[in-house]
Amino acid sequence: MGGHLNINHLMFLGQGALWTIGLSLIALIGGGIVGFAIALARISPLKTVRIASGVYVQLIQGTPLLVILFLGYFGLAAIGLKVSPLVAAGASLTLYVAAYLGEIWRGCIQSVPKPQWEAGEGLALSRTQRMMKVILPQAIRIATPPTVGFMVQIIKNTSLASVVGFVELMRSGQIVNNSLFEPFAIYAIIAVTYFAMCYPLSLFSQRLERRMGRGGSNLAPA
Amino acid sequence: MQQNAPSSEPIVSLRDVQKSFGSLRVLDGVSFAVARGEVLALIGRSGSGKSTALRCIDRFEKVDGGEIVVCGHRVDRPDVNLRALRQDVGIVFQSYNLFPHLTIEQNITLAPCAVKGMASSHAKDLARKVLAQVGLEEKLHAYPEQLSGGQQQRAAIARSLAMQPKVMLFDEVTSALDPELTGEVLKVIEQLAADGMTMVMVTHEMGFAKGIADRIVFMHRGKVHETGPASILTSPTTPELTQFVGTGNLKS
Repeated sequence: MGGHLNINHLMFLGQGALWTIGLSLIALIGGGIVGFAIALARISPLKTVRIASGVYVQLIQGTPLLVILFLGYFGLAAIGLKVSPLVAAGASLTLYVAAYLGEIWRGCIQSVPKPQWEAGEGLALSRTQRMMKVILPQAIRIATPPTVGFMVQIIKNTSLASVVGFVELMRSGQIVNNSLFEPFAIYAIIAVTYFAMCYPLSLFSQRLERRMGRGGSNLAPA
Repeated sequence: MQQNAPSSEPIVSLRDVQKSFGSLRVLDGVSFAVARGEVLALIGRSGSGKSTALRCIDRFEKVDGGEIVVCGHRVDRPDVNLRALRQDVGIVFQSYNLFPHLTIEQNITLAPCAVKGMASSHAKDLARKVLAQVGLEEKLHAYPEQLSGGQQQRAAIARSLAMQPKVMLFDEVTSALDPELTGEVLKVIEQLAADGMTMVMVTHEMGFAKGIADRIVFMHRGKVHETGPASILTSPTTPELTQFVGTGNLKS
């Protein structure tokens, strides 16, 4: 590469953007699965499970994602586990996202009114049946807007994976800039691209929230 | 009102039940029994322990002492089979607690299918039947939020009936309703009583209690203060009950 910004550079940036989306999906799916387990663990009837999951959430939320990424990449290498940038970034983001989604979802599950649990109990439903058939369907409705909103954070945070050499949108921008030395133009393109990915999600989240508000709380008077 | 002669073995019996919330003693040696087919009304002021006593029967509260036997289940014991107990006991709450994400039909068929393994088609027939019992057949496919409070409460009663309980508990089921809607719910309960359902109800509707109950239990400060047939409401023997029914509670 070299000279002026051309179609090849843009293709390279486009590829980086695709990896940003890919890494975001990995983080969302991995973090969603682990986060769901965390949410359930946080409201477990077993005290040790509640405490252990609480400690996990506090540890992750109290650590910068950048540090988690370094630990994932260099830390694992130091103890003899050589992992690719994709694996290191994917795993680190999964752990990070899980801590946040776990807390968001725990709040959503707990915001389903307690009498709903009691009604399920009164009908002899088991704890699992109450969770699956009564509580979660209601919690998912509550959880959708904040979860979509959090996806915006995930997309933006994947840019940090550039520090472990994972070539996503940010890193591809750095690489192109290294040959062109047009930082303002290139990072402007990067910024617009991130915005184009995040803004629709923000709008979607807001719309979901409004729709939930309009639907109103269909909870019986207490 | 009483159709079946009460058999000797009570369906529900509480003996010397103790329950405290922290340092507050809510139940202080409560004893009463409910025979098959009997309608028992628990009355008393707010905070007298009547709702707690009712919730102890279905083990929504654990007791600190005493003995509770419900349909043969030792409810006071820690090893009580809760799911078996709750198949025998139906409970209806003040706030209806229908599941808002399910239609009325789904609300009703959920437990029979999930708990009893009933086939879906059979459960749907059952839903139609119990809804007819409460006069809401046309609301089969409605969602709870589309129903009035009185209709929601009747649907909640139907949902409970679908589990074919041996005894039904009503926890101030009309307290959230205005007088007009209260009537339609009380009519449903009256019909259940006429059909011979064993019932324990916490109620503030003194006129209703007087008309329907075979026996009244008046609770005061965590104790059974006075008990007897519905006539005790018109001729109470303790000053507390006299004052309670005298404060305009006894209407209609």
